[in-house]
Amino acid sequence: MDPLSTVFAVALSGIATLLTLYFASQAQDTIFFVHMIIFALAAGLFTIYLARKCDFSREQMATPQGDDPGSYQGTYSDGIVRLGVIATIFWGIVGFTVGVVIAFQLAFPALNFDLPFTNFGRLRPLHTSAVIFAFGGNALIATSLYIVQRTCRVRLAFEPLAWFVFWGYQLFIVLAATGYLMGSTQAKEYAEPEWYVDLWLTVVWVAYLLVFMMTLMRRKEPHIYVANWFFLSFIVTVAMLHVVNGLALPVSPFGSHSYAAFSGVQSALVQWWYGHNAVGFFLTAGFLGMMYYFIPKQANRPVYSYRLSIIHFWSLIFLYIWAGPHHLHYTALPDWAQTLGMVFSVMLWMPSWGGMINGLMTLSGAWDKLRTDPILRMLVASVAFYGMSTFEGPLMSIRSVNGLSHYTDWTIGHVHSGALGWNALISFGAIYYLAPKLWSRREMYSLRLINWHFWIATLGIVIYAASMWVSGITQGLMWREYNADGFLVYSFAETVLILHPFYVMRAVGGLMFLFGAWIMAYNVWRTIRGERRVDQPVSEVITVGA
Amino acid sequence: MFSHKIIEKNSTLLLVLSLLVVTIGGIIEIVPTFYLENTIEKVKGMRPYSPLELMGHNIYKREGCNLCHSQMIRPFRDEVERYGHYSLAAESMYDHPFVWGSKRTGPDLARVGGRYSDEWHREHLKDPRSVVPESIMPGYPFLKAPLKVHDIAAHLRANQRLGVPYTEEQIEAAAVDMVSQADPDSDGAEDVVSRYPKAQVRDFDGDPTTLTEMDALIAYLQMLGTLVDFSTYSVEENSR
Repeated sequence: MDPLSTVFAVALSGIATLLTLYFASQAQDTIFFVHMIIFALAAGLFTIYLARKCDFSREQMATPQGDDPGSYQGTYSDGIVRLGVIATIFWGIVGFTVGVVIAFQLAFPALNFDLPFTNFGRLRPLHTSAVIFAFGGNALIATSLYIVQRTCRVRLAFEPLAWFVFWGYQLFIVLAATGYLMGSTQAKEYAEPEWYVDLWLTVVWVAYLLVFMMTLMRRKEPHIYVANWFFLSFIVTVAMLHVVNGLALPVSPFGSHSYAAFSGVQSALVQWWYGHNAVGFFLTAGFLGMMYYFIPKQANRPVYSYRLSIIHFWSLIFLYIWAGPHHLHYTALPDWAQTLGMVFSVMLWMPSWGGMINGLMTLSGAWDKLRTDPILRMLVASVAFYGMSTFEGPLMSIRSVNGLSHYTDWTIGHVHSGALGWNALISFGAIYYLAPKLWSRREMYSLRLINWHFWIATLGIVIYAASMWVSGITQGLMWREYNADGFLVYSFAETVLILHPFYVMRAVGGLMFLFGAWIMAYNVWRTIRGERRVDQPVSEVITVGA
Repeated sequence: MFSHKIIEKNSTLLLVLSLLVVTIGGIIEIVPTFYLENTIEKVKGMRPYSPLELMGHNIYKREGCNLCHSQMIRPFRDEVERYGHYSLAAESMYDHPFVWGSKRTGPDLARVGGRYSDEWHREHLKDPRSVVPESIMPGYPFLKAPLKVHDIAAHLRANQRLGVPYTEEQIEAAAVDMVSQADPDSDGAEDVVSRYPKAQVRDFDGDPTTLTEMDALIAYLQMLGTLVDFSTYSVEENSR
């Protein structure tokens, strides 16, 4: 940044510091006070950091600053991607750990400790937000900013703004997470943060859209690569969903509590329009963007079908938006809306599998690499899980199936086969692809550790999903079981008791998945340090095993 | 002849078109529910929450009760027998936002009001397994803390601005009503019932000296599902 804009930025963040301190002084509740202090600290630190960077020497005033010397090859802005990869691993481990904790709480309720900060009700949104928004969000920001530079052959536009996006997003995560623990929530699943945290995220997200869009506009390639269609659609749609679903009226401008703009049935519909498309655009479109870059690169093959990518892109984003009401089958939502939601959810199967086919078939002529390349295996397995989840989803959106599955653990199993199998595995694959390149290493510290990670994680997912399927269907059937005299057979409490073994199994599956993430963290750490383990080649091990 | 290359080479066009494509479904599904009159049934008896119930509702959300308990009974034989009449849209029309829930780790609570005694709720909230041995619910002994509200009238006012029909009288009396509902001997006790028909006025937490979070939460739970008068509800008139 040139000195004048730095001065401007210093002034702006200085004002932000004072303003948030003023809000803190007027705070009507502890949550708001704590959050305004966090805001003030962040803005204050930022001000000091910027002020120290100010350099009014003649050379600096005269010539624009060169490229960041730390960036890879000096062409692309990769510092932010490096930090993003570390943040992804960090938040992934945090999110998985909280998930394992709450899984054990369901199996052994004494682990709630009956304290406000440790109870399931407050930890659960911490888990979902940490994995979806902190882990998934950081993976998306890091990979999209990496990919958009390569596929446009241009450096990031508005680089300082990109840094603001990264740090602003981390601040959002910290505010959301501390808020949950203190009991701050709007009670909308996957949209729990209160009004001022929502406003902050809106600012950060618009900045993200600006950086991404301007980089696209400055591209040196005539065509926009398919991965970027998905990233762009993900960013702009999430902005729309977040703003509409987040509409709320604060009780006071100096208090943390707000009431959602919509009520009852309309709020339910808006919430699941948001909720399902958080899945559709955050966890699907964005991650498909990753798929369209990393699989062709790692397999060293072109994308299977250009035509299929066009058809499945437009049909996917068009159909997804309609699918929300399948979360509200047999509720007080009018039947016509439920039916629309179901029909579009079933149709959604096609574009979803279009994406899967395009990803898998990219391996045509390179299938043998699956034997020797554990990174590619991870990427391909994630696409296979994607295909499975997007078949299961339409199935569960059929009203009669949903009558059994809804309110049970089947939903939890479905979500995790998608989140762990698809989102997490493809992110791990991306991290293994990126780490050596970002830190200029020849390859990862150990390929065999990647192999270990792959198998432990995959086995963990299978145990998790299978135990939840059995648990969900068991409980669903028990709720509706009648005896010969026409009485309900089971009390609710009896249906809870029988699930205990499945809850233990699920927690074990989650623990395995978490362990895999630690292996990855270790492997990446050693890679960054520039070390390489002398491994037996992966292919030989498998031949011996077979 | 149309070629996709036009879109692929123009980032602004790609942005605009992809945004247009994703707005269609939402508009067609969501907008009609705001103006179709039969979206919410015509019922007798629904009223906004009393101030104490509203605070209880907020504690319910704060502790994430809605993550394990639904408030939405589906029109199935087993659910109607287990929980009562299937839920109507009208019953949550003053909830900003809805708390229908998506998972039943515990049972549905849409009609839990009046099913158990206050004492049962107290014990159950403090230590769930003391009354339901199979339960996996966390305990909430910390709800014995005094109910802290900065400005209860502002909470009612915010709801009013969003369309909940609170009267000026209800907003003015909010602070008094909140205390009186848990104190049957107070002067304001009768006013609470006149302002909020069917409101239950008593000391909910067994501790008459302090107004606690437990008072608010139990007042809310005991009200759930008790408001709508189903003797005057016509299924045919409200069919959708």
